[in-house]
Amino acid sequence: MTYGFIFDAVRSPRGKGNRTGSLNSITSVDLSAQMINAILSRNGIANDNIEDVIWGNVTQIGEQGGCIARAAILLSQLDDCVPGLSINRFCASGLESVNLAAMQTEFDSTRAYLAGGVEMMSRVPLGSDGAAMAVDPRIAIDAAFVPQGISADLIATEWGFSREECDIYALNSQKRASAAWSEGRFAHSIIPVHDINGIEILGHDEHIRPNTNLDTLASLEPSFADIGLNVPGFDKVAILKYPHLEQINHLHHPGNSSGIVDGAAAVLIGSQAFGEANRIKPKARIVSIAKVGSEPTIMLTGPIAATKRALENVNMEIADIDLFEVNEAFAAIPLMFKQEFDIDENKMNVNGGAISMGHPLGATGAMLVSTAVDELERADLNTALITLCVGGGMGVATIIERV
Amino acid sequence: MPDFQYYLDDDGVAIITWNVPHKSMNTMSWQSLHEMAELFEMAISDNQVKGIVLTSGKPDFAGGMDLNSLAKVKEQAQGDHSRNAFELVMRFHNIFRKIELAGGDPKKSIPAKPIAAALPGTALGIGYEIPLICHRIFAANNSKAIIGLPEIKVGLFPGAGGTTRLVRRLGIINAGPYLFKGKLLSPQKALQANMIDVVTEPENLLEEARHWVLNAKPKALIKSWDKQGFRMPGGSPYDSKGYMSFIGASASLSSSTYRVYPAANAMLSAIYEGALTTFDRALEIEARWFTKVLLDPSSTAMINSLFINKKRLEKGARRPAGIEVAKLRKVGVVGAGMMGSGIALVSAQSGLQVVLIDQNIDDAQKGLLRVVKIIQKQLKYGQMDNDVVGETLERISTQSDFTSLKDADLVIEAVYEYPKIKADVISRIESNTDGIIASNTSTLPIGGLAKVCQSPDRFLGLHFFSPVDRMMLVEVIRGKHTSDKAVALSLDYVSRIRKTPIVVNDARFFYANRCVIPYLNEGIRMVGEGIAPALIENAAYQCGMPVGPLQLVDETSIDLAASIANATKMALGNAYMHEDADRVIFNLADLGRLGRKANAGFYEYDNGKRLGIWKGLKELYPPLKQQPSIKMVKNRLLMIQAIEAVRTIQEGVLENVQEGNVGAILGWGFAPWSGGPFSWLDMLGAKEALKLCEQLQKHCGTRFAAPSLLQDKAASGERFTHS
Repeated sequence: MTYGFIFDAVRSPRGKGNRTGSLNSITSVDLSAQMINAILSRNGIANDNIEDVIWGNVTQIGEQGGCIARAAILLSQLDDCVPGLSINRFCASGLESVNLAAMQTEFDSTRAYLAGGVEMMSRVPLGSDGAAMAVDPRIAIDAAFVPQGISADLIATEWGFSREECDIYALNSQKRASAAWSEGRFAHSIIPVHDINGIEILGHDEHIRPNTNLDTLASLEPSFADIGLNVPGFDKVAILKYPHLEQINHLHHPGNSSGIVDGAAAVLIGSQAFGEANRIKPKARIVSIAKVGSEPTIMLTGPIAATKRALENVNMEIADIDLFEVNEAFAAIPLMFKQEFDIDENKMNVNGGAISMGHPLGATGAMLVSTAVDELERADLNTALITLCVGGGMGVATIIERV
Repeated sequence: MPDFQYYLDDDGVAIITWNVPHKSMNTMSWQSLHEMAELFEMAISDNQVKGIVLTSGKPDFAGGMDLNSLAKVKEQAQGDHSRNAFELVMRFHNIFRKIELAGGDPKKSIPAKPIAAALPGTALGIGYEIPLICHRIFAANNSKAIIGLPEIKVGLFPGAGGTTRLVRRLGIINAGPYLFKGKLLSPQKALQANMIDVVTEPENLLEEARHWVLNAKPKALIKSWDKQGFRMPGGSPYDSKGYMSFIGASASLSSSTYRVYPAANAMLSAIYEGALTTFDRALEIEARWFTKVLLDPSSTAMINSLFINKKRLEKGARRPAGIEVAKLRKVGVVGAGMMGSGIALVSAQSGLQVVLIDQNIDDAQKGLLRVVKIIQKQLKYGQMDNDVVGETLERISTQSDFTSLKDADLVIEAVYEYPKIKADVISRIESNTDGIIASNTSTLPIGGLAKVCQSPDRFLGLHFFSPVDRMMLVEVIRGKHTSDKAVALSLDYVSRIRKTPIVVNDARFFYANRCVIPYLNEGIRMVGEGIAPALIENAAYQCGMPVGPLQLVDETSIDLAASIANATKMALGNAYMHEDADRVIFNLADLGRLGRKANAGFYEYDNGKRLGIWKGLKELYPPLKQQPSIKMVKNRLLMIQAIEAVRTIQEGVLENVQEGNVGAILGWGFAPWSGGPFSWLDMLGAKEALKLCEQLQKHCGTRFAAPSLLQDKAASGERFTHS
């Protein structure tokens, strides 16, 4: 099977996802358009030479509602003849956009896809679009719905992680992200965000806390103990599905969970013919794609099955992968992944991740593509696997290979 | 004679009085419904009528739905006829909705005719759903009255608009206890909870209601949910105010019920789905879910056991015929311990004179202190009225002299469970009274105790459950020589103290304990097998058992379990099958882990407060690497009880399965959603149940061998229960 090639990948810096965040003063559509424009201009692509814009976004309501992909096209330099598709696979939406584009890339087409995503969590709050799976009793009761934080704590309990392990993981994420920034490892893909006058608003990830330490992390109260143990008692709901457990250990807190941020990312996907016609060299090729549904209560174990399937699809083994980007939704997720596949920690999330830099839901998957592509080049490696856990019990994984 | 009377007074107020002939309590039948509809239609269309007051000609307003009429709807719902049932339910809604709008049209600003409900006393179920359609609810300040929607307790939910209306009156969070727990309130408390609008002195009730309808402002004649821009109090599922409440509702329902009650889940869906559309469509949605619940086997079984058959037993279904109802005046209670003082209290609360006897007056006084403690608890939880505390206590006299039993109608001994002590006390009672003598025992056969009686015909067993004030079941144990008169009087007594009786024949452990002991042993045995204790307890909860087997053994104490084990083993010899469980029990007993009272058992405790499973347990019984599925554990825990229940029928200890179902739920909390062990087997189907027994026998041992009665049912395809 032939999937598309990755020709370029950019991302915005991530702003704090609250009213004090630097990106709060521009719109989701504007931020999206800036990423689209950046791809067009740095690759010299004609504004009508895009087959489709596939845009991931989770909270599709308000300014992010009503097909933000098309709105972003209309605001960007793209010609009106380019259509747009908004998609939602929760936290993997950005990666799913890339996958959908890659799967549609025609061998001899000279037109490319723009895949990516956006989430302005400071402007469109998480959960504000409603969700039947949480609210409709027919689903919530039968599927034993619990919020993700409870699921993450459930994973930590099932895999036997301690609070300290989670905090150490979080601290390393901060250190790695700080080091990556100071060494300029993100320089190639970061697109500073500007206002309507061209004034730069943000050029770096503002969520990182380079000075945090284990004592600070240890002092933070667990975030999900109250809703788990007391009202409404989500722990007992989770234990309906995991009855061998007497209790759930509540280990996650703001310091070892992904940060709430604003951000957008875009990836240029096309065929070899597109590259030749436009004289652009591809950076990587998409080798394998997998998406799975998984048990919805523990919810966040999807990366395991997705990774297995992505490897099996192309007869690869875990040892064939040089670099892993496992979204740091909560510390327990990469820890689980590392333990499950027995991975060297120097191969996983080497430049930090969502715990240190933040997780702009619909954009993160596409951001991880840029991070992986840059790191493969920098460290002169060949293969990378990108995977994200997904709300409602899903997982997505993509394997890329440098060309 | 009609169920409703109509009277138009000089001021133009139509008084519609509900007064079902020959009944002490109004209940809603199909006939009542249509009469009510006609009278309201007449009043609404009559220009002379300025307003309407709906009240009752009895001390109470209404007790709920009439059983036969409910059965008719259920009948309609069987088979492929769900549409018929749905349409019957919609008939209620259409009639009620018409009354509620009372000739008005909120959209066109056409005012409705004022309708007030005047509740002299208790208003339950549909007896509260009807007031909810009125424009204002008045209730008399009547300390005996209770108001609310108890449907959920019998496997239903308020299906005549009560769900849709109350949630719009109070919001989902505030309506929760009344809808999902069936919490009932006194008129004063109901007023505080905004379930009713006015509480007034009984003598002013009708006048105040009349005054209100004559002076009601047009604004008060539109229900809040019919007003422009109505918003659900506390928010709707997808607005920022209600979002978390609705997410929390599913979670707290799941975590408190373990998802075993279809009616509760259905009610929440009716609320959720209804909240997202108009009021009329919400009623229709409520009807669709209500129909589904009527069709659900679990709800059918619950209604049969917890409503229909329970009521039948309470009304004397097992009372021997031809014996006059006893005029009970005085009971004696011998043994002022925990059970004795509980029995004394419930007797005194029913208005009976009580003599509470112990070996010396100090011990009898201690019993009275226990009574006071229970009263304090009841006061704290609003289960007892402050006003009646004095008179209740005055009815109990403490004594050490058995001659004070002379004129007692019934004497209940509740002394220690040692045959010799019991025998001694029983013969002392017998020589001091001509009344009926009952032994409150949970383990000793009545036949053995009866041997000391000169006239064993007036001797029987009355097995109360602990705590007496809260447990609703009494097992009436008929000995070989017990007379019909003794049984009849005991049933009259049980009815007087407002508990539910089942009549069982004399045999080891009677019915309830005989079935609950195997449940405990199965749980204990699994610990010995290396099954995770949490899995055992959680499986029990997911079966719908109120307490896990390990926690229950801790509560009743490990040494009691050990002594019962020893005694049973001695009595049964080779037929005894619980050695594997006993080993675990003796092991814990040897370690001094005697249960909660010792602050150590299967669980760890801090001053009686249960903390978690004892950490040392997994060293004693290392967990299996491959744990069984929860389904397997659940099947073991339920089937072991059901098999024993079937044996009690087979052996004639129980005379009918209805009592077995009711007794199991009220006595030891057997999975109420199932309607009892026999309904559970019926729901599985005897063939499937037999297969399951064979499978369990193969994996777990001969104790799961299917009793012959179950084999017969599987062969014939018959059910245990006939609804």
